[in-house]
Amino acid sequence: MILSHGNEVVKVGIAQMDVVKTPKTIRTSGLGSCVGVIIYDESKKIAGLVHVMLPDSSLGRTESINEAKFADTGVSALVNLVKLQGAQSFKLKAKIAGGAQMFQFTSDKSSMRIGPRNVEAVKEQLRKLRIPIIAEDTGGNSGRTIEFNPETSMLNIRTVNRGVSDI
Amino acid sequence: MNFSDKINSIHLDVLKEIGNIGAAHAATALSDLLQKKIDMRVPNVEMVSFNDMMELAGGSENVVVGIFLRIEGDAEGSMFFILPIEQANRFIRRLIHDESFDFYAPSVPELGLSAMQEMGNILSGSYLSALSDFTGLKIYPTVPGLSVDMFGAIISIGLIELSQVSDTVIVINTAIFEEDIKDEEAVRGNFFLLPNPESFEAIFKALGVPIE
Repeated sequence: MILSHGNEVVKVGIAQMDVVKTPKTIRTSGLGSCVGVIIYDESKKIAGLVHVMLPDSSLGRTESINEAKFADTGVSALVNLVKLQGAQSFKLKAKIAGGAQMFQFTSDKSSMRIGPRNVEAVKEQLRKLRIPIIAEDTGGNSGRTIEFNPETSMLNIRTVNRGVSDI
Repeated sequence: MNFSDKINSIHLDVLKEIGNIGAAHAATALSDLLQKKIDMRVPNVEMVSFNDMMELAGGSENVVVGIFLRIEGDAEGSMFFILPIEQANRFIRRLIHDESFDFYAPSVPELGLSAMQEMGNILSGSYLSALSDFTGLKIYPTVPGLSVDMFGAIISIGLIELSQVSDTVIVINTAIFEEDIKDEEAVRGNFFLLPNPESFEAIFKALGVPIE
């Protein structure tokens, strides 16, 4: 694995979240219908990432829930995490990516359209928390690997079919 | 109590047998299709975390050819047939008699894509019909979808439903490989069968080892 910045990359798995400060970067790979949400404070150079799988924690049927798995609980949990690291609420901004539909189906089963639903749910949460979305790369039918650098506030997005971009 | 706590080693052995029977039929179908000896490795059945699942076929970023279909009926779940690009290229070149075919190409020829889809159809069909015969359960596969992309992005669609009830997944994993290819570790395909948690009850009941 080549570290793209020569610095440490913190990896976030599916249904997980974490926070970094510069010069570390934060990354999650193989996003399909899941959505990667970055919450960052530009001046403090702090950034958090949550890899959301499902739109709503009411879909969860387990006794204890993993907050990072759901958009409604994951986004606010991540906001608390970045604040704990010293980020200021009024400075928080967001960048989001993912929510693809990897397979085209005629099936109307709702789990097949989970990507767009995840994106909507994440946006709804960010609206509620009054965090502006500075950039997004969502939808389509490509998988994405994303990496955020709190030093530059840039989100690097790598896809198989559409190349690499920075937003 | 989570469903995973109720599953013991006998249950896992039963699932292994299911994987064995299904994949043996699929391997035979593939051998016929390609006129080539295809072997399979006894499946491993594991209870893994989502993140471990992402690492199974070479890591979440590994680019693969993936066939995905939903299983409906008495037992529900997801099924994937995952091939490394090189392996998929070899199969399709053989199938359509076109040595230049390449999934890495900027625009992949339609003929190869539909051959791949058809191969997925035949293999998953034979896997599942063997399973249906064996268990007596009525199982209907949906039309398979095809994607050439990162493994993590492909497999996560199968984890969505499971993730509502659990943070772990029981995966019935069978490796298939060409017999005369030396580095079988590096180049091989996998079937992943991910039953929905609710379906385990039906499967085990049909096989005479009900969950307590």
